[in-house]
Amino acid sequence: MTGKEACLRLLKDVVRESRADQTEALLMTEDSSLTRFANSSVHQHVAERNRTLILRVVMNKRIVVFTTNLLDRASIRDLIKKAVSLAEIQHPNDEFVSLPSPQPIPRITTFNENIKTLTPDRKVKGINDLFKMVKEEGLKASGSFSNGAVEVAVVNSLGVEAYQRYSDLVFHLIVANERGSGYAGFVSRDPNRLDIHSLAGEAIGKASRGEPVQIEPGEYEVVLEPYAVSELLSFLGYLGFHALAVQEERSFFCNQIGRKLVDSRVTLYDDGLDPEGLQIPFDFEGIPKQRVVFFEGGVAKEVTYDSFTGNREGKDSTGHGLIAPNTEGPIPINLFMKEGGSSLEEMVGSVRKGIYVTRFHYTNVVEPMKAVLTGMTRDGTFLIEEGEIKQPIKNLRFTESVLRALSRVSAVSRDRRICSEGTVYSRRFITGVVAPAIKVDGFNFSGVSAL
Amino acid sequence: MKELVGNILDLAKLKRVDYADIRIVHRRTEEIGVKNGKVEAFTYDEDFGFGIRILFSGAWGFASSFNLTKKEMEAVFTKAFKIARASLKAKGTGVDYPHAPQRVDQYRTPVATDPFEVSHEKKMSLLLGADEAIRRNKGVKISEAFMGSYKTEKTFASTEGSYIRQEIVECGAGISATAIDKGEIQIRSYPNSFRGNFATRGYEWIEVLALQDHAERVAEEAVQLLSATPCPSKVTTLILDNSQLALQVHESIGHPIELDRVLGTEASYAGTSFIRPEMVGSFQYGSEIVNVVADATYPGGLGTFGYDDEGTQAQRVPIISQGILVNLLTSRETARTLGKESNGTMRADGWNRIPLIRMTNINLEPGEWALQDMISDTEEGIFLSTNRSWSIDDKRINFQFGTEIGWEIRKGKLGEMVKNPTYTGITPQFWNSCDAIAHQGHWQMWGTPNCGKGEPGQVAHVGHGAAPARFRNVQVGVMKGSD
Repeated sequence: MTGKEACLRLLKDVVRESRADQTEALLMTEDSSLTRFANSSVHQHVAERNRTLILRVVMNKRIVVFTTNLLDRASIRDLIKKAVSLAEIQHPNDEFVSLPSPQPIPRITTFNENIKTLTPDRKVKGINDLFKMVKEEGLKASGSFSNGAVEVAVVNSLGVEAYQRYSDLVFHLIVANERGSGYAGFVSRDPNRLDIHSLAGEAIGKASRGEPVQIEPGEYEVVLEPYAVSELLSFLGYLGFHALAVQEERSFFCNQIGRKLVDSRVTLYDDGLDPEGLQIPFDFEGIPKQRVVFFEGGVAKEVTYDSFTGNREGKDSTGHGLIAPNTEGPIPINLFMKEGGSSLEEMVGSVRKGIYVTRFHYTNVVEPMKAVLTGMTRDGTFLIEEGEIKQPIKNLRFTESVLRALSRVSAVSRDRRICSEGTVYSRRFITGVVAPAIKVDGFNFSGVSAL
Repeated sequence: MKELVGNILDLAKLKRVDYADIRIVHRRTEEIGVKNGKVEAFTYDEDFGFGIRILFSGAWGFASSFNLTKKEMEAVFTKAFKIARASLKAKGTGVDYPHAPQRVDQYRTPVATDPFEVSHEKKMSLLLGADEAIRRNKGVKISEAFMGSYKTEKTFASTEGSYIRQEIVECGAGISATAIDKGEIQIRSYPNSFRGNFATRGYEWIEVLALQDHAERVAEEAVQLLSATPCPSKVTTLILDNSQLALQVHESIGHPIELDRVLGTEASYAGTSFIRPEMVGSFQYGSEIVNVVADATYPGGLGTFGYDDEGTQAQRVPIISQGILVNLLTSRETARTLGKESNGTMRADGWNRIPLIRMTNINLEPGEWALQDMISDTEEGIFLSTNRSWSIDDKRINFQFGTEIGWEIRKGKLGEMVKNPTYTGITPQFWNSCDAIAHQGHWQMWGTPNCGKGEPGQVAHVGHGAAPARFRNVQVGVMKGSD
């Protein structure tokens, strides 16, 4: 890791050197590793070390963003010069008011030193133990085990100065035989909390229930595990829970604040400081995270802001700025759904004929303002009859409005878990959704897998 | 640079590795996004680093860094070696990597005008002009225009003595109009959704696209869609335009034929494939008129290059011939499963990722129909254009697509415009129901710059040539959830 002092020194030098009206420098460093396995053998094992500077300069409301990982003094100087020159010929954005001013940042710990103990040998040993467990059940394991140490530092010319280091560990496990498959996933900042034995047990339990049968698509009662719920909630965050979507009139929240849109059991919020989630004290503009409540007792309440969307309405940022230039909007990345009072067993027990879903796959938006999504079930889909989980069923395609589904929630579990795709396409920054299991009285399945 | 690379390859030989390669990648990206008359995003990204891949006693190790110095390269080599040695303990049957002949060569995307040499003023002016033309239609709520330019310089060197330098230049652009009313969003794009159409060509490609000429039409259609009839729900004859067909090929042919996916190594992310290796040579993937090639040599294709990222030369190989599956996309390691040699599809998304089997240009070969004749020959059906959403299961067999726009076909003529069209199907059934493909005159290359795969995630730039085609007995209108 680069360390707080070195990160901030580098960024302050960058800001000092810039002759732009306003300058923001964001540094992200990464030291990560990922071990990937399939058919109970390790087929990929990779490591990466990188650091990236993201420079945002403003000249008379003209904004450009330059990104580089060439961080020698000459390259940085050249970068600043080019960025400022380009800003001068850029077209102005009249709606831009200012980069944010500094605010006190909460002090929390988001780094666990034990992340350094995850050596290649230790990871492979854990995976080998897993292979033995699943072999005893006549199954094979596929998955990935990744860990990272990440630093985020932000400095701007108005005095923002923030640094935080993060550790993370993400484990995905699929166990399968010729008949079916089961999934278990884990994410944490604390590697000591990883219990591969327990994860294996969870996935094995899903995959060992016999030959899947095909059922007709249609509307069913469903019990959705937290993995499935978290996926649906993430899409709500992307489609409608942020100010840009509302300002552009493309959010399902438009003209709906204060109205009851979903069942009263549904309370959804974003909280970067809640220790049950993957804590993040400040956003990528260096602004502290605020708790933002989207649905309270089913009633639409508020949305997230970054500095740009906040300034448009004369409001403060809620600490949801993403990496510049963020054209998607201040999408919430610490989503929570409030727990309920049921156990998973009670939920299943109340279903006469329905479907139990572990997770969804390849979900995508069909109709954004109604939050209609489509996707497939995957790795553990079962028929529930007379209050009991019966045999596995072939995967089903759903086409359903998440808002409509949430308006039909009839039970929410007491227990929640943090779920993460753990997907890293460019710079590593792992996020998670804390979700309970839910029971929905009517969820539309529009197709069935042929296999 | 050669000296630094040589030092690492010498170290690899001293450690008696089975094989090692090193890639040094320098990538430059410039993207300009205009929205509602303002340049919303102007970004320039420069990314540089190296990755070392080692095969030791049949187990892979890979490590990478941004810092190209002798000391760091040696440290990264040591890390990759340690990783390979650790992985050895869980390697299963291990990797038997075939030897390849030494290649010393260079490749450069042929371009008339380097997009990075074109002035920023000219680019912004083009985008703002197109954006303004869209906004002349007052029914449009959001107007957008985008342009991206990409240049990747790659050096590949291996313990087999290969040393290959490549410069890949890509660019693309597009516009879109979004109309919003009464809780409904409709969007029209040109030349394709999700930012446009991309190619391994110079700025001349941007000029060919002539964005502004299409601005008025996309604006009008977006607004018209708000009051259009919803797509009916029925089983009918479906004709897809070539851009939607390109994505159909991508999801339901391109991904299922990746041999690493077939062998299960993508199980933990986007899933595996319904294809099994033994199906090659006999499986009736589509009807007899369906012919598909993987062509990494097609001029201008977004999946066109000189060599893949393990030193195999770009190739054109048949994948589906007269409906029969005859080959898969392979790497040096996996091709042996089929008793073949690699067909050169291993590509990595930068210095910090290992190469995976990726689509090149997966092209549906043209048929013999004029599009108008195809429509005239259709008694009743629907014509759909421009992708809006996509989803496919973890075996690549059950798919569902939505498009931006559609038109009913009645008695051989295009009729009423329909909105929110969707269709769904089962991959082999769908391709076997194909009974007409338009001719070369309708055939076009489409660049897909956002193909995701792997962990850590990798984005590949791939291409698909396609002409409009007709499919029988397809379920359209799958929107019950929006009721």
